[in-house]
Amino acid sequence: MSAPTTSPPAPPPARAKRRIGDVLFRGSTQVAAGIILVALAGVAIFLTAEGIPALRADAAHLAGESTFLAYAWPLLFGTLLAAFIALLIATPLAIGVALAISHYAPRRLANLVGYVIDLLAAVPSVVYGLWGANVLGPAMVPVYRWLSEHLGFLPLFAGPASGGGRTMLTAGLVLAIMALPIITAICREIFSQTPRLHEEAALALGATRWEMIRMAVFPYSRSGIVSAVMLGLGRALGETMAVALVLSAFRIVSWDLVSGTAPSTIAANIALSFPEATGVGVNVLIATGLVLFVITFAVNFSARMIVARSEKGLVR
Amino acid sequence: MATSIDVSDLDIYYGDFKAVEGVTMSIPAKSVTAFIGPSGCGKSTFLRSLNRMHEVVPGARVDGRVVMGGQDLYGSDVDPVEVRRQVGMVFQRPNPFPTMSIYENVLAGNRLNSRRMKKSEADDIVERALRGANLWKEVSDRLDKPGAGLSGGQQQRLCIARAIAVEPQVLLMDEPCSALDPISTSAIEDLIHELRTEYTIVIVTHNMQQAARFSEDTAFFNLAGAGKPGRLVEMNSTKKIFSVPDDPSTEAYISGRFG
Repeated sequence: MSAPTTSPPAPPPARAKRRIGDVLFRGSTQVAAGIILVALAGVAIFLTAEGIPALRADAAHLAGESTFLAYAWPLLFGTLLAAFIALLIATPLAIGVALAISHYAPRRLANLVGYVIDLLAAVPSVVYGLWGANVLGPAMVPVYRWLSEHLGFLPLFAGPASGGGRTMLTAGLVLAIMALPIITAICREIFSQTPRLHEEAALALGATRWEMIRMAVFPYSRSGIVSAVMLGLGRALGETMAVALVLSAFRIVSWDLVSGTAPSTIAANIALSFPEATGVGVNVLIATGLVLFVITFAVNFSARMIVARSEKGLVR
Repeated sequence: MATSIDVSDLDIYYGDFKAVEGVTMSIPAKSVTAFIGPSGCGKSTFLRSLNRMHEVVPGARVDGRVVMGGQDLYGSDVDPVEVRRQVGMVFQRPNPFPTMSIYENVLAGNRLNSRRMKKSEADDIVERALRGANLWKEVSDRLDKPGAGLSGGQQQRLCIARAIAVEPQVLLMDEPCSALDPISTSAIEDLIHELRTEYTIVIVTHNMQQAARFSEDTAFFNLAGAGKPGRLVEMNSTKKIFSVPDDPSTEAYISGRFG
Protein backbone atom coordinates (compact mmCIF):
# COMPACT_ATOMS: atom_id res chain seq x y z
CA MET A 1 0.00 0.00 0.00
CA SER A 2 2.69 2.39 1.01
CA ALA A 3 4.98 1.75 -1.96
CA PRO A 4 5.17 4.82 -4.22
CA THR A 5 3.54 4.21 -7.56
CA THR A 6 5.29 5.53 -10.60
CA SER A 7 2.65 5.81 -13.31
CA PRO A 8 1.52 2.18 -13.22
CA PRO A 9 0.66 0.48 -16.47
CA ALA A 10 -3.07 0.46 -17.18
CA PRO A 11 -4.49 -2.28 -14.95
CA PRO A 12 -5.98 -5.25 -16.76
CA PRO A 13 -9.78 -5.18 -16.86
CA ALA A 14 -10.94 -6.33 -13.44
CA ARG A 15 -12.23 -9.85 -13.74
CA ALA A 16 -12.92 -12.32 -10.96
CA LYS A 17 -9.99 -14.69 -10.94
CA ARG A 18 -10.89 -18.39 -10.87
CA ARG A 19 -9.05 -19.74 -7.89
CA ILE A 20 -8.43 -23.46 -7.99
CA GLY A 21 -9.35 -23.98 -4.31
CA ASP A 22 -12.72 -22.27 -4.72
CA VAL A 23 -13.52 -24.29 -7.83
CA LEU A 24 -12.66 -27.60 -6.15
CA PHE A 25 -14.55 -26.82 -2.97
CA ARG A 26 -17.58 -25.58 -4.80
CA GLY A 27 -17.57 -28.68 -6.98
CA SER A 28 -17.27 -31.08 -4.06
CA THR A 29 -20.07 -29.46 -2.05
CA GLN A 30 -22.34 -29.58 -5.07
CA VAL A 31 -21.54 -33.24 -5.62
CA ALA A 32 -22.30 -33.96 -1.97
CA ALA A 33 -25.65 -32.21 -2.25
CA GLY A 34 -26.36 -34.06 -5.49
CA ILE A 35 -25.68 -37.47 -3.95
CA ILE A 36 -28.45 -36.89 -1.40
CA LEU A 37 -30.97 -36.20 -4.14
CA VAL A 38 -29.82 -39.18 -6.19
CA ALA A 39 -30.02 -41.50 -3.18
CA LEU A 40 -33.51 -40.29 -2.31
CA ALA A 41 -34.66 -40.66 -5.91
CA GLY A 42 -33.11 -44.14 -6.02
CA VAL A 43 -35.06 -45.22 -2.94
CA ALA A 44 -38.29 -43.79 -4.30
CA ILE A 45 -37.83 -45.50 -7.68
CA PHE A 46 -36.97 -48.84 -6.06
CA LEU A 47 -39.97 -48.72 -3.72
CA THR A 48 -42.34 -47.79 -6.53
CA ALA A 49 -41.04 -50.32 -9.05
CA GLU A 50 -40.99 -53.19 -6.58
CA GLY A 51 -44.20 -52.16 -4.87
CA ILE A 52 -46.47 -51.99 -7.91
CA PRO A 53 -46.87 -55.81 -8.27
CA ALA A 54 -48.36 -55.83 -4.78
CA LEU A 55 -51.47 -54.09 -6.11
CA ARG A 56 -52.25 -57.24 -8.10
CA ALA A 57 -51.37 -59.66 -5.30
CA ASP A 58 -53.94 -62.30 -4.38
CA ALA A 59 -55.32 -63.14 -0.97
CA ALA A 60 -52.69 -65.79 -0.39
CA HIS A 61 -50.00 -63.13 -0.21
CA LEU A 62 -52.13 -60.58 1.61
CA ALA A 63 -52.78 -62.57 4.76
CA GLY A 64 -56.29 -63.31 3.56
CA GLU A 65 -57.23 -59.72 2.62
CA SER A 66 -58.68 -59.14 -0.82
CA THR A 67 -56.87 -55.89 -1.69
CA PHE A 68 -53.54 -54.35 -0.80
CA LEU A 69 -55.22 -51.38 0.82
CA ALA A 70 -57.20 -53.60 3.16
CA TYR A 71 -53.91 -55.25 4.08
CA ALA A 72 -51.92 -52.07 4.61
CA TRP A 73 -54.54 -49.95 6.38
CA PRO A 74 -54.35 -51.60 9.85
CA LEU A 75 -50.54 -51.37 9.73
CA LEU A 76 -50.67 -47.73 8.74
CA PHE A 77 -53.16 -47.11 11.54
CA GLY A 78 -50.86 -48.80 14.06
CA THR A 79 -47.87 -46.82 12.83
CA LEU A 80 -49.63 -43.48 13.11
CA LEU A 81 -51.18 -44.31 16.48
CA ALA A 82 -47.87 -45.39 18.01
CA ALA A 83 -46.06 -42.34 16.64
CA PHE A 84 -48.83 -40.03 17.81
CA ILE A 85 -48.74 -41.40 21.36
CA ALA A 86 -44.96 -41.13 21.34
CA LEU A 87 -45.02 -37.47 20.30
CA LEU A 88 -47.82 -36.65 22.72
CA ILE A 89 -45.58 -37.84 25.54
CA ALA A 90 -42.19 -36.82 24.18
CA THR A 91 -42.89 -33.25 23.02
CA PRO A 92 -43.87 -31.64 26.34
CA LEU A 93 -41.24 -33.66 28.14
CA ALA A 94 -38.51 -32.68 25.67
CA ILE A 95 -39.47 -28.99 25.77
CA GLY A 96 -39.44 -29.12 29.55
CA VAL A 97 -36.05 -30.78 29.69
CA ALA A 98 -34.64 -28.39 27.09
CA LEU A 99 -35.92 -25.37 29.03
CA ALA A 100 -34.48 -26.72 32.24
CA ILE A 101 -31.12 -27.11 30.55
CA SER A 102 -31.13 -23.76 28.76
CA HIS A 103 -32.84 -21.50 31.29
CA TYR A 104 -33.42 -23.04 34.71
CA ALA A 105 -30.80 -25.47 35.91
CA PRO A 106 -27.42 -24.32 37.22
CA ARG A 107 -24.77 -24.62 34.53
CA ARG A 108 -23.07 -27.77 35.79
CA LEU A 109 -26.27 -29.70 36.37
CA ALA A 110 -27.54 -28.56 32.96
CA ASN A 111 -24.43 -29.87 31.24
CA LEU A 112 -24.77 -33.22 32.99
CA VAL A 113 -28.45 -33.60 32.11
CA GLY A 114 -27.76 -32.61 28.51
CA TYR A 115 -25.03 -35.22 28.33
CA VAL A 116 -27.25 -37.97 29.72
CA ILE A 117 -30.04 -37.11 27.29
CA ASP A 118 -27.56 -37.32 24.41
CA LEU A 119 -26.51 -40.74 25.68
CA LEU A 120 -30.11 -41.93 25.36
CA ALA A 121 -29.71 -41.48 21.61
CA ALA A 122 -26.73 -43.83 21.58
CA VAL A 123 -28.63 -46.80 23.04
CA PRO A 124 -29.40 -49.29 20.23
CA SER A 125 -33.09 -49.63 19.48
CA VAL A 126 -33.06 -53.38 20.07
CA VAL A 127 -32.10 -52.68 23.67
CA TYR A 128 -35.06 -50.34 24.02
CA GLY A 129 -37.24 -53.08 22.59
CA LEU A 130 -36.03 -55.69 25.07
CA TRP A 131 -36.38 -53.24 27.93
CA GLY A 132 -39.87 -52.26 26.83
CA ALA A 133 -41.04 -55.86 26.47
CA ASN A 134 -39.41 -57.29 29.59
CA VAL A 135 -39.16 -54.42 32.07
CA LEU A 136 -41.40 -51.48 31.24
CA GLY A 137 -44.33 -53.57 30.00
CA PRO A 138 -44.65 -55.82 33.09
CA ALA A 139 -44.06 -52.82 35.35
CA MET A 140 -46.94 -50.97 33.70
CA VAL A 141 -49.45 -53.84 34.12
CA PRO A 142 -51.01 -52.44 37.34
CA VAL A 143 -51.40 -49.07 35.65
CA TYR A 144 -53.15 -50.66 32.67
CA ARG A 145 -55.45 -52.61 35.01
CA TRP A 146 -56.35 -49.43 36.84
CA LEU A 147 -56.96 -47.58 33.56
CA SER A 148 -59.23 -50.28 32.16
CA GLU A 149 -61.15 -50.56 35.45
CA HIS A 150 -61.71 -46.86 36.04
CA LEU A 151 -61.56 -45.34 32.57
CA GLY A 152 -62.83 -48.39 30.70
CA PHE A 153 -65.77 -46.42 29.34
CA LEU A 154 -63.31 -44.67 27.01
CA PRO A 155 -62.52 -46.69 23.89
CA LEU A 156 -58.84 -45.96 24.56
CA PHE A 157 -58.83 -47.99 27.76
CA ALA A 158 -61.59 -50.50 27.00
CA GLY A 159 -59.38 -53.45 27.87
CA PRO A 160 -59.21 -56.20 28.88
CA ALA A 161 -55.86 -55.05 30.21
CA SER A 162 -52.92 -57.04 28.96
CA GLY A 163 -51.36 -59.41 31.44
CA GLY A 164 -47.87 -59.02 30.01
CA GLY A 165 -47.98 -55.28 29.42
CA ARG A 166 -47.10 -55.60 25.75
CA THR A 167 -49.56 -52.94 24.64
CA MET A 168 -49.84 -49.98 22.33
CA LEU A 169 -49.18 -47.64 25.25
CA THR A 170 -45.96 -49.47 26.11
CA ALA A 171 -44.84 -49.18 22.51
CA GLY A 172 -45.71 -45.47 22.53
CA LEU A 173 -43.76 -44.95 25.75
CA VAL A 174 -40.69 -46.70 24.38
CA LEU A 175 -40.90 -44.67 21.17
CA ALA A 176 -41.29 -41.49 23.23
CA ILE A 177 -38.08 -42.21 25.09
CA MET A 178 -36.35 -42.91 21.77
CA ALA A 179 -37.60 -39.67 20.22
CA LEU A 180 -36.75 -37.65 23.32
CA PRO A 181 -33.01 -37.04 22.72
CA ILE A 182 -33.34 -35.57 19.23
CA ILE A 183 -36.23 -33.28 20.16
CA THR A 184 -34.50 -32.17 23.35
CA ALA A 185 -31.16 -31.54 21.67
CA ILE A 186 -32.65 -29.31 18.97
CA CYS A 187 -34.98 -27.44 21.34
CA ARG A 188 -32.16 -26.82 23.78
CA GLU A 189 -30.00 -25.40 21.01
CA ILE A 190 -32.74 -23.07 19.79
CA PHE A 191 -33.81 -21.95 23.25
CA SER A 192 -30.28 -20.99 24.15
CA GLN A 193 -30.00 -18.96 20.94
CA THR A 194 -32.83 -16.63 21.92
CA PRO A 195 -31.40 -13.12 21.59
CA ARG A 196 -30.39 -11.79 24.99
CA LEU A 197 -31.94 -8.49 23.93
CA HIS A 198 -35.43 -9.98 23.80
CA GLU A 199 -35.03 -11.81 27.07
CA GLU A 200 -33.91 -8.64 28.79
CA ALA A 201 -36.76 -6.68 27.25
CA ALA A 202 -39.22 -9.03 28.93
CA LEU A 203 -37.36 -9.17 32.25
CA ALA A 204 -37.05 -5.38 32.42
CA LEU A 205 -40.82 -5.09 32.11
CA GLY A 206 -41.12 -7.19 35.24
CA ALA A 207 -41.70 -10.57 33.66
CA THR A 208 -41.08 -13.62 35.80
CA ARG A 209 -38.85 -16.22 34.26
CA TRP A 210 -41.78 -18.21 32.95
CA GLU A 211 -43.40 -15.07 31.52
CA MET A 212 -40.08 -14.18 29.91
CA ILE A 213 -39.95 -17.63 28.31
CA ARG A 214 -43.46 -17.17 26.95
CA MET A 215 -42.81 -13.63 25.69
CA ALA A 216 -39.32 -14.00 24.28
CA VAL A 217 -38.17 -17.61 24.02
CA PHE A 218 -41.20 -19.45 22.61
CA PRO A 219 -42.08 -16.95 19.85
CA TYR A 220 -38.47 -16.98 18.74
CA SER A 221 -38.16 -20.76 18.68
CA ARG A 222 -41.57 -21.76 17.36
CA SER A 223 -40.37 -22.96 13.98
CA GLY A 224 -37.43 -24.75 15.52
CA ILE A 225 -39.70 -26.65 17.88
CA VAL A 226 -41.80 -27.80 14.93
CA SER A 227 -38.67 -28.99 13.12
CA ALA A 228 -37.51 -30.83 16.21
CA VAL A 229 -40.86 -32.57 16.63
CA MET A 230 -40.81 -33.54 12.95
CA LEU A 231 -37.43 -35.20 13.35
CA GLY A 232 -38.75 -37.00 16.42
CA LEU A 233 -41.78 -38.08 14.43
CA GLY A 234 -39.49 -39.45 11.74
CA ARG A 235 -37.78 -41.59 14.33
CA ALA A 236 -41.08 -42.77 15.83
CA LEU A 237 -42.66 -43.62 12.46
CA GLY A 238 -39.74 -45.61 11.15
CA GLU A 239 -38.67 -47.36 14.33
CA THR A 240 -38.60 -51.10 13.76
CA MET A 241 -36.90 -53.29 16.33
CA ALA A 242 -38.31 -51.73 19.48
CA VAL A 243 -41.89 -51.99 18.24
CA ALA A 244 -41.35 -55.47 16.82
CA LEU A 245 -40.16 -56.69 20.21
CA VAL A 246 -42.85 -54.97 22.26
CA LEU A 247 -45.96 -55.65 20.17
CA SER A 248 -47.21 -58.98 18.99
CA ALA A 249 -47.97 -58.89 15.30
CA PHE A 250 -51.67 -58.28 14.94
CA ARG A 251 -53.12 -56.56 11.94
CA ILE A 252 -56.19 -54.96 13.43
CA VAL A 253 -57.61 -51.48 13.78
CA SER A 254 -58.12 -50.86 17.47
CA TRP A 255 -58.01 -47.75 19.64
CA ASP A 256 -57.49 -49.86 22.73
CA LEU A 257 -54.18 -48.78 24.22
CA VAL A 258 -54.04 -51.17 27.15
CA SER A 259 -54.98 -54.49 25.57
CA GLY A 260 -52.47 -57.10 24.46
CA THR A 261 -54.16 -57.26 21.07
CA ALA A 262 -52.67 -54.15 19.53
CA PRO A 263 -52.17 -53.09 15.93
CA SER A 264 -48.63 -53.58 14.69
CA THR A 265 -46.74 -50.98 12.68
CA ILE A 266 -45.51 -51.01 9.10
CA ALA A 267 -41.82 -51.16 9.99
CA ALA A 268 -42.25 -53.88 12.62
CA ASN A 269 -44.46 -55.89 10.27
CA ILE A 270 -41.81 -55.77 7.55
CA ALA A 271 -39.13 -56.92 9.95
CA LEU A 272 -41.24 -59.78 11.35
CA SER A 273 -42.71 -60.99 8.03
CA PHE A 274 -39.75 -60.56 5.74
CA PRO A 275 -37.90 -63.82 6.55
CA GLU A 276 -40.90 -65.92 5.48
CA ALA A 277 -41.99 -63.78 2.55
CA THR A 278 -41.52 -65.08 -0.99
CA GLY A 279 -42.45 -63.89 -4.47
CA VAL A 280 -45.24 -61.35 -4.48
CA GLY A 281 -45.22 -61.41 -0.69
CA VAL A 282 -41.93 -59.51 -0.81
CA ASN A 283 -43.50 -56.94 -3.13
CA VAL A 284 -46.37 -56.50 -0.70
CA LEU A 285 -43.96 -55.69 2.11
CA ILE A 286 -42.04 -53.28 -0.08
CA ALA A 287 -45.29 -51.59 -1.02
CA THR A 288 -46.06 -51.02 2.67
CA GLY A 289 -42.60 -49.48 2.89
CA LEU A 290 -43.58 -47.12 0.09
CA VAL A 291 -46.68 -46.13 2.05
CA LEU A 292 -44.49 -45.30 5.06
CA PHE A 293 -42.13 -43.33 2.82
CA VAL A 294 -44.94 -41.28 1.36
CA ILE A 295 -46.54 -40.63 4.77
CA THR A 296 -43.25 -39.46 6.29
CA PHE A 297 -42.66 -37.21 3.31
CA ALA A 298 -46.14 -35.74 3.45
CA VAL A 299 -45.98 -35.08 7.21
CA ASN A 300 -42.62 -33.37 6.91
CA PHE A 301 -43.73 -31.33 3.95
CA SER A 302 -46.93 -30.11 5.56
CA ALA A 303 -45.11 -29.22 8.78
CA ARG A 304 -42.64 -27.10 6.83
CA MET A 305 -45.50 -25.36 5.09
CA ILE A 306 -47.18 -24.55 8.38
CA VAL A 307 -43.95 -23.11 9.70
CA ALA A 308 -43.31 -21.09 6.55
CA ARG A 309 -46.81 -19.62 6.73
CA SER A 310 -46.51 -18.65 10.38
CA GLU A 311 -43.11 -17.09 9.76
CA LYS A 312 -44.45 -14.80 7.07
CA GLY A 313 -44.48 -11.19 8.18
CA LEU A 314 -42.20 -11.99 11.07
CA VAL A 315 -39.03 -9.98 10.64
CA ARG A 316 -36.05 -11.35 12.44
CA MET B 1 -45.44 9.22 41.02
CA ALA B 2 -41.81 9.90 40.29
CA THR B 3 -39.52 9.33 43.23
CA SER B 4 -35.95 10.04 44.08
CA ILE B 5 -33.34 7.32 44.54
CA ASP B 6 -30.84 7.25 47.37
CA VAL B 7 -27.86 4.97 47.00
CA SER B 8 -25.53 4.44 49.92
CA ASP B 9 -22.19 2.68 49.81
CA LEU B 10 -23.11 0.25 47.07
CA ASP B 11 -20.67 -2.47 45.97
CA ILE B 12 -21.58 -4.66 43.01
CA TYR B 13 -20.03 -8.08 42.44
CA TYR B 14 -20.09 -10.64 39.67
CA GLY B 15 -19.10 -13.76 41.55
CA ASP B 16 -15.78 -12.88 43.16
CA PHE B 17 -15.14 -9.97 40.83
CA LYS B 18 -15.95 -6.58 42.30
CA ALA B 19 -17.25 -4.48 39.42
CA VAL B 20 -18.29 -1.31 41.22
CA GLU B 21 -17.20 -0.05 44.60
CA GLY B 22 -18.58 2.31 47.21
CA VAL B 23 -21.10 4.35 45.25
CA THR B 24 -23.10 6.83 47.28
CA MET B 25 -25.36 9.22 45.45
CA SER B 26 -28.75 10.77 45.52
CA ILE B 27 -30.74 10.96 42.28
CA PRO B 28 -33.42 13.66 42.39
CA ALA B 29 -37.00 13.03 41.29
CA LYS B 30 -38.42 14.44 38.06
CA SER B 31 -35.10 15.34 36.53
CA VAL B 32 -32.56 13.82 34.18
CA THR B 33 -29.36 12.43 35.66
CA ALA B 34 -26.60 11.41 33.27
CA PHE B 35 -23.83 8.89 33.93
CA ILE B 36 -20.63 9.42 31.96
CA GLY B 37 -17.24 7.74 32.03
CA PRO B 38 -14.89 5.56 29.99
CA SER B 39 -15.96 2.10 28.78
CA GLY B 40 -15.88 -0.61 31.40
CA CYS B 41 -16.04 1.79 34.34
CA GLY B 42 -19.20 0.19 35.71
CA LYS B 43 -21.73 2.87 34.87
CA SER B 44 -24.00 0.45 33.00
CA THR B 45 -23.61 -2.12 35.75
CA PHE B 46 -24.56 0.49 38.31
CA LEU B 47 -27.57 1.56 36.21
CA ARG B 48 -28.69 -2.06 36.03
CA SER B 49 -28.40 -2.41 39.79
CA LEU B 50 -31.12 0.27 40.11
CA ASN B 51 -33.76 -2.17 38.81
CA ARG B 52 -31.92 -5.36 39.76
CA MET B 53 -31.39 -6.26 36.09
CA HIS B 54 -27.73 -7.07 36.70
CA GLU B 55 -28.95 -10.10 38.66
CA VAL B 56 -29.81 -11.73 35.34
CA VAL B 57 -26.12 -12.70 35.26
CA PRO B 58 -25.58 -15.71 37.54
CA GLY B 59 -23.50 -14.89 40.59
CA ALA B 60 -24.25 -11.16 40.58
CA ARG B 61 -24.92 -9.56 43.97
CA VAL B 62 -24.61 -6.25 45.79
CA ASP B 63 -23.66 -4.86 49.19
CA GLY B 64 -25.21 -1.61 50.28
CA ARG B 65 -28.57 0.08 50.00
CA VAL B 66 -30.66 1.48 47.17
CA VAL B 67 -33.70 3.27 48.56
CA MET B 68 -36.47 4.27 46.20
CA GLY B 69 -39.65 5.87 47.55
CA GLY B 70 -38.73 4.86 51.08
CA GLN B 71 -38.18 1.20 50.20
CA ASP B 72 -34.84 -0.60 50.07
CA LEU B 73 -34.76 -2.38 46.69
CA TYR B 74 -32.43 -5.01 48.12
CA GLY B 75 -34.47 -5.69 51.24
CA SER B 76 -34.82 -9.38 51.98
CA ASP B 77 -38.56 -9.36 51.29
CA VAL B 78 -38.36 -7.49 47.98
CA ASP B 79 -39.05 -9.41 44.78
CA PRO B 80 -36.85 -8.27 41.87
CA VAL B 81 -39.81 -8.81 39.54
CA GLU B 82 -41.81 -6.21 41.50
CA VAL B 83 -38.88 -3.78 41.37
CA ARG B 84 -38.69 -4.06 37.59
CA ARG B 85 -42.40 -3.38 37.26
CA GLN B 86 -41.82 0.01 38.89
CA VAL B 87 -38.59 0.90 37.15
CA GLY B 88 -38.74 1.01 33.36
CA MET B 89 -35.67 0.37 31.26
CA VAL B 90 -34.62 1.22 27.72
CA PHE B 91 -31.65 -0.58 26.22
CA GLN B 92 -28.78 0.32 23.95
CA ARG B 93 -30.29 -1.43 20.96
CA PRO B 94 -34.02 -1.22 20.31
CA ASN B 95 -35.61 -4.52 21.30
CA PRO B 96 -39.31 -4.68 20.46
CA PHE B 97 -40.72 -8.21 20.58
CA PRO B 98 -40.44 -9.40 16.97
CA THR B 99 -43.60 -11.51 16.90
CA MET B 100 -45.82 -8.85 18.44
CA SER B 101 -47.63 -6.02 16.69
CA ILE B 102 -46.91 -2.41 17.63
CA TYR B 103 -50.07 -2.43 19.70
CA GLU B 104 -49.15 -5.59 21.59
CA ASN B 105 -45.60 -4.38 22.12
CA VAL B 106 -46.83 -1.27 23.91
CA LEU B 107 -49.15 -3.34 26.07
CA ALA B 108 -46.61 -6.08 26.89
CA GLY B 109 -45.86 -4.72 30.37
CA ASN B 110 -49.51 -4.05 31.21
CA ARG B 111 -50.47 -7.55 30.19
CA LEU B 112 -47.98 -8.87 32.74
CA ASN B 113 -49.41 -6.72 35.50
CA SER B 114 -53.10 -7.32 34.99
CA ARG B 115 -54.55 -10.12 32.95
CA ARG B 116 -57.92 -8.57 32.16
CA MET B 117 -58.22 -5.26 30.39
CA LYS B 118 -61.17 -3.81 28.56
CA LYS B 119 -60.53 -3.11 24.90
CA SER B 120 -61.24 0.61 25.34
CA GLU B 121 -58.92 0.74 28.34
CA ALA B 122 -56.15 -0.97 26.37
CA ASP B 123 -56.69 1.41 23.44
CA ASP B 124 -56.33 4.36 25.80
CA ILE B 125 -53.10 3.06 27.28
CA VAL B 126 -51.61 2.42 23.84
CA GLU B 127 -52.53 5.87 22.54
CA ARG B 128 -51.30 7.64 25.66
CA ALA B 129 -47.98 5.76 25.68
CA LEU B 130 -47.38 6.26 21.96
CA ARG B 131 -48.24 9.96 22.22
CA GLY B 132 -45.93 10.16 25.22
CA ALA B 133 -43.17 8.66 23.12
CA ASN B 134 -43.84 11.00 20.15
CA LEU B 135 -44.67 8.03 17.97
CA TRP B 136 -48.45 8.17 17.72
CA LYS B 137 -48.61 10.25 14.55
CA GLU B 138 -46.23 7.94 12.71
CA VAL B 139 -47.83 4.61 13.61
CA SER B 140 -51.48 5.26 14.50
CA ASP B 141 -52.61 3.85 11.15
CA ARG B 142 -50.66 0.60 11.44
CA LEU B 143 -50.86 -0.49 15.04
CA ASP B 144 -51.42 -4.09 14.01
CA LYS B 145 -48.18 -4.31 12.02
CA PRO B 146 -45.09 -5.94 13.56
CA GLY B 147 -42.98 -3.64 15.69
CA ALA B 148 -39.83 -4.94 14.05
CA GLY B 149 -40.89 -3.34 10.75
CA LEU B 150 -40.23 0.18 12.04
CA SER B 151 -37.00 2.12 11.59
CA GLY B 152 -34.37 1.93 14.32
CA GLY B 153 -35.33 5.27 15.82
CA GLN B 154 -39.02 4.44 15.75
CA GLN B 155 -38.30 1.08 17.36
CA GLN B 156 -36.44 2.80 20.17
CA ARG B 157 -39.36 5.17 20.73
CA LEU B 158 -41.65 2.13 20.68
CA CYS B 159 -39.50 0.66 23.45
CA ILE B 160 -39.82 3.90 25.40
CA ALA B 161 -43.60 3.77 24.87
CA ARG B 162 -43.60 0.20 26.15
CA ALA B 163 -41.64 1.29 29.23
CA ILE B 164 -43.89 4.28 30.07
CA ALA B 165 -47.13 2.39 29.36
CA VAL B 166 -46.93 0.85 32.83
CA GLU B 167 -46.36 4.33 34.35
CA PRO B 168 -43.15 3.49 36.16
CA GLN B 169 -41.64 5.70 38.85
CA VAL B 170 -38.22 5.74 37.27
CA LEU B 171 -36.97 5.35 33.71
CA LEU B 172 -33.47 3.93 33.20
CA MET B 173 -31.80 4.35 29.81
CA ASP B 174 -28.62 2.54 28.86
CA GLU B 175 -27.07 4.49 25.96
CA PRO B 176 -30.45 4.72 24.21
CA CYS B 177 -29.10 6.63 21.21
CA SER B 178 -25.82 4.90 20.52
CA ALA B 179 -27.27 2.65 17.80
CA LEU B 180 -29.24 5.43 16.11
CA ASP B 181 -28.60 7.98 13.39
CA PRO B 182 -28.39 11.71 14.29
CA ILE B 183 -31.98 12.53 13.33
CA SER B 184 -33.41 9.70 15.42
CA THR B 185 -31.05 10.67 18.21
CA SER B 186 -32.37 14.19 18.29
CA ALA B 187 -35.95 12.88 18.32
CA ILE B 188 -35.13 10.75 21.36
CA GLU B 189 -33.36 13.64 23.06
CA ASP B 190 -36.41 15.87 22.60
CA LEU B 191 -38.51 13.09 24.02
CA ILE B 192 -36.31 12.69 27.09
CA HIS B 193 -36.55 16.43 27.60
CA GLU B 194 -40.36 16.19 27.68
CA LEU B 195 -40.49 13.06 29.83
CA ARG B 196 -38.53 14.67 32.63
CA THR B 197 -41.62 16.50 33.84
CA GLU B 198 -43.20 13.18 34.79
CA TYR B 199 -40.45 10.69 35.42
CA THR B 200 -37.15 10.36 37.23
CA ILE B 201 -34.79 9.62 34.36
CA VAL B 202 -31.33 8.12 34.65
CA ILE B 203 -29.33 7.82 31.44
CA VAL B 204 -25.95 6.35 30.60
CA THR B 205 -24.31 8.07 27.66
CA HIS B 206 -20.98 8.13 25.90
CA ASN B 207 -21.89 11.37 24.22
CA MET B 208 -20.84 14.22 26.45
CA GLN B 209 -22.59 16.88 24.44
CA GLN B 210 -25.74 14.87 24.96
CA ALA B 211 -25.21 14.79 28.71
CA ALA B 212 -24.52 18.51 28.72
CA ARG B 213 -27.61 19.26 26.62
CA PHE B 214 -30.36 17.69 28.59
CA SER B 215 -29.30 16.53 32.03
CA GLU B 216 -29.67 18.44 35.30
CA ASP B 217 -27.03 16.41 37.10
CA THR B 218 -24.07 14.40 35.88
CA ALA B 219 -22.14 11.62 37.58
CA PHE B 220 -18.65 10.79 36.38
CA PHE B 221 -17.49 7.18 36.87
CA ASN B 222 -13.96 5.93 36.45
CA LEU B 223 -11.82 2.90 37.17
CA ALA B 224 -9.59 3.16 40.20
CA GLY B 225 -6.94 1.52 38.02
CA ALA B 226 -6.50 -1.40 35.64
CA GLY B 227 -8.28 -4.48 37.04
CA LYS B 228 -9.74 -2.47 39.92
CA PRO B 229 -13.46 -1.86 40.43
CA GLY B 230 -15.18 1.17 38.96
CA ARG B 231 -16.18 3.97 41.30
CA LEU B 232 -18.06 7.23 41.34
CA VAL B 233 -15.55 10.04 41.02
CA GLU B 234 -17.85 13.00 41.21
CA MET B 235 -21.50 13.92 40.98
CA ASN B 236 -22.57 17.51 40.57
CA SER B 237 -24.91 19.70 38.63
CA THR B 238 -24.24 19.29 34.94
CA LYS B 239 -23.36 22.96 34.64
CA LYS B 240 -20.65 22.63 37.26
CA ILE B 241 -19.27 19.33 35.92
CA PHE B 242 -18.82 20.81 32.47
CA SER B 243 -17.32 24.09 33.65
CA VAL B 244 -15.49 23.81 36.96
CA PRO B 245 -15.48 20.16 38.10
CA ASP B 246 -14.15 19.38 41.57
CA ASP B 247 -11.95 16.51 40.50
CA PRO B 248 -9.03 16.95 38.08
CA SER B 249 -9.70 13.57 36.41
CA THR B 250 -13.25 14.71 35.57
CA GLU B 251 -11.85 17.72 33.88
CA ALA B 252 -9.32 15.60 32.01
CA TYR B 253 -12.04 13.25 30.78
CA ILE B 254 -14.42 15.99 29.73
CA SER B 255 -11.78 17.93 27.89
CA GLY B 256 -10.81 14.74 26.06
CA ARG B 257 -7.36 14.36 27.49
CA PHE B 258 -8.00 10.74 28.44
CA GLY B 259 -10.69 8.12 28.25
